[in-house]
Amino acid sequence: MMWINLIGLVVIGLIVWWFWFYQTKSTDVKDGSIEVRVKDGVYQPANITVPANESVQLLFYREDATPCAETLLIPELEISETLALNKRVTVTIPASNAGVYPFHCQMQMYRGTLVIK
Amino acid sequence: MNSKTDSAKAHGCCSGGDKTSTANEAVDTKTQTRQVSSDASEIQLNIQGASCASCVTKIETALKQVAGVTGAEMNFAQRTVLINGNASPSKLVSAVEGAGYNATLANADSDEAAIEEKEQADWAYYKKLMRHMVIALSLGVPLMIYGLVTGEMSVNTTTERIVWLIIGLMTLGVMVFSGRHFYVGAWNSFKNHSANMDTLIALGTGTAWLYSMTVVFFPGYVPEMARHVYFEATAMIIGLINLGLALEIKARGKTSEAIKRLIGLQAKTARVIRDGDDIDIPIEDVLLNDLIRVRPGERISVDGVVVEGQTSIDESMLTGEPMPIEKRKDDEVVAGTINKSGSIVFRAERVGKDTALAQIINMVKRAQNSKPPIGRLADVISAYFVPVVMIIAVMSALAWLNFGPAPEVAFAIVSATTVLIIACPCALGLATPMSVMVGVGKAAEAGVLIRNGEALQSASKITTMVLDKTGTITEGAPKVTDVVIASDHSQDEVLSLAASLESGSEHPLAMAIVESAKEQGVPIHSVTDFQSIAGKGVEAILNSQRLLFGNEKLMKEQGIELHHYIDKAQRLAADAKTPMYFAIDSILVAVIAVADPIKPDSIDAIKRLQHNGIRVVMLTGDNRVTAKAVARKAGIVDYVAEVMPEDKANKILELQREGEIVGMTGDGINDAPALAHANVGFAIGTGTDVAIESADITLMRGSLHGLADAIAVSKATLRNIKQNLFGAFIYNVAGIPFAAGVFYPILGLLLNPVIAGAAMAFSSLTVVTNANRLRLFKAKEH
Repeated sequence: MMWINLIGLVVIGLIVWWFWFYQTKSTDVKDGSIEVRVKDGVYQPANITVPANESVQLLFYREDATPCAETLLIPELEISETLALNKRVTVTIPASNAGVYPFHCQMQMYRGTLVIK
Repeated sequence: MNSKTDSAKAHGCCSGGDKTSTANEAVDTKTQTRQVSSDASEIQLNIQGASCASCVTKIETALKQVAGVTGAEMNFAQRTVLINGNASPSKLVSAVEGAGYNATLANADSDEAAIEEKEQADWAYYKKLMRHMVIALSLGVPLMIYGLVTGEMSVNTTTERIVWLIIGLMTLGVMVFSGRHFYVGAWNSFKNHSANMDTLIALGTGTAWLYSMTVVFFPGYVPEMARHVYFEATAMIIGLINLGLALEIKARGKTSEAIKRLIGLQAKTARVIRDGDDIDIPIEDVLLNDLIRVRPGERISVDGVVVEGQTSIDESMLTGEPMPIEKRKDDEVVAGTINKSGSIVFRAERVGKDTALAQIINMVKRAQNSKPPIGRLADVISAYFVPVVMIIAVMSALAWLNFGPAPEVAFAIVSATTVLIIACPCALGLATPMSVMVGVGKAAEAGVLIRNGEALQSASKITTMVLDKTGTITEGAPKVTDVVIASDHSQDEVLSLAASLESGSEHPLAMAIVESAKEQGVPIHSVTDFQSIAGKGVEAILNSQRLLFGNEKLMKEQGIELHHYIDKAQRLAADAKTPMYFAIDSILVAVIAVADPIKPDSIDAIKRLQHNGIRVVMLTGDNRVTAKAVARKAGIVDYVAEVMPEDKANKILELQREGEIVGMTGDGINDAPALAHANVGFAIGTGTDVAIESADITLMRGSLHGLADAIAVSKATLRNIKQNLFGAFIYNVAGIPFAAGVFYPILGLLLNPVIAGAAMAFSSLTVVTNANRLRLFKAKEH
């Protein structure tokens, strides 16, 4: 029984580490734009690094018909965009100060971060 | 190979492009001349088939040859081209096609086409989910009935093992066919170090299935009492959640009805007069300064100014104003409104995304996606929700294994699965946005444009409403209210002579008299020797008679006897009117009073606000006598007179210091500082002249009922959000411990995973349905 309890505690520890403390890799924006696919429950890539004080374009392409994925919100930049299914939607990120700007769908099931530095 | 084909095509077609543009130039000589004076605009095209960098020059060259194009720049990385100038989009697309490539307008889908596509996509997804549901439930329901009837879902004999193995594989088939999206979504999220609803469903159903398969393959490793299979739970949960998602799509469709109605107001074609002929063209091709003919019953296609004809136009769909508005030469017409009676020609002044309707649609869409502060807590919770639920599931399983009755393993598996399945982050996530979506749309239908969620929430809390007098409570345009005759002239004669005299003056009071004469249809003559006497009045000669118009001081200076008409004039002044004397050859002939009348429904609307417990305060730059009289008439107790615009903002701050949540209503231009300082700034539009960018909430029509409507709809929306949030919190706060088995020691009850699946599937549906109740909201005018 002790082993089972120990395994249980390790699983809890792994959940905390994997979802909250793991440093995720970020994809750099090159040539001022990057394509973000909205498919199978995630944004690909979900973590994007953008140079500070430079305007870039995120080219969203939604292939997931789930209605949840339809709305893209970047609350701190006051951006909200409707992503039409199987169409490219260009979202322009204005030149902004360094910081971490989360973006997500309406219910926050799709999540990503924009790291401006 | 491809590149060669493209180049060859491009080469052949570029010359074709030349021909096209030459032809275009011939046809478009007139258009081009007209375009020179009009504003240039930008059009973006998406290019397909451009496979090499050399295509860039060909495409740019082809576009630059189109009449009206001043510049074309292609971004090869994005396969887009940005065109400056004022050429019609369809000509640009054909120029690119002429060069051997395909082009579509970027974001070109009209809103209507986009909605149609979305509805088709939603319908296809709905059918897919329903198919998934049917497959899953056709396995789950018989299994569940079997379990309920026989109470026998355990594995004891070899035959049972074989039968359950087959059923287990069938369940795997259901998981792959009907639940694939949950597992793929969960895995992708996991790889991204995030977790969502898919994670919970995948873990819950996966755990139940894996445990059941373990029982089938290795019954010896599982205590005898715990040799129970849960295939029916897996199939039922997948079926029910698919059903819940399908029904949610249906319900979501209704939440966007208001925006669909607004989009439906856009006309598809316009009848443009070109070279003297009327031709019907798509509205995307309408250019600035085009002359457009509109017949009775037709919709106005773009914003413009009437150049010919007279009609009445129904603007109710945009402003909520039920009465048609008379339009004649030089009046503005707005896209989306309906021409009722006459035939008119108007000049296009704002087209495409610049029309008021397009801006309204854009603003409503943005506002519908914004969140009021009340939703922020739910957002923070959502961010941590799923991993926390996973931890609770593990802890619950451990608790059952350590302290539970036999069979511990079975209890542990059931409780962990049920915790994972019952938790519903979607209900929390949907609670706020669904209500905002319906509430903002509902407000737009009533002619109230709410900028964002924050304005919506603040408006629901307003305790004091500050109203500007001129143009807000009153019409904002002085009118002749009384003509008191003091001689044997008729009223028409007096008005005709006074207007003839005043036609040389630009004073607002003079303009009111001239306007009144025009309305009455009395003649206005030319006068000579016109003279303005600063601050007192005017004089002139007409048919050798000396006409004099002005205040009491002027009359006394000129030695004109006013008799008892002084008393009459004072009574008029006390009634919020401005009395003026009119004399001919030094004999008083009339007292004419001019006033800025209170809008017909201001009194009712103010009563409505007061009835809802809101203190109404009037601010005005006018003198105390007029202010007092207007306030009394409008039913307002608190008023402040002789206030300079900058002092209005101070007054707002003063009220806020007293603890009031202040709404300020003004025309959006002169009152800008006060609007900015108020908790909610309301800009009041007269008809369609809307200062959309200047306030938190814009009232499309001039009526103050819009204020009461805005506050009522905000309150109703906030109430709805609170119900949703409360429901979603309670559901999770009560459901998760119940699923974990907290009540088992007291009540001997442990939730069935299938019931948890049903509860989860319908919790988010309940939120959407509750938000949809807001569609029934109706603001009461009285």
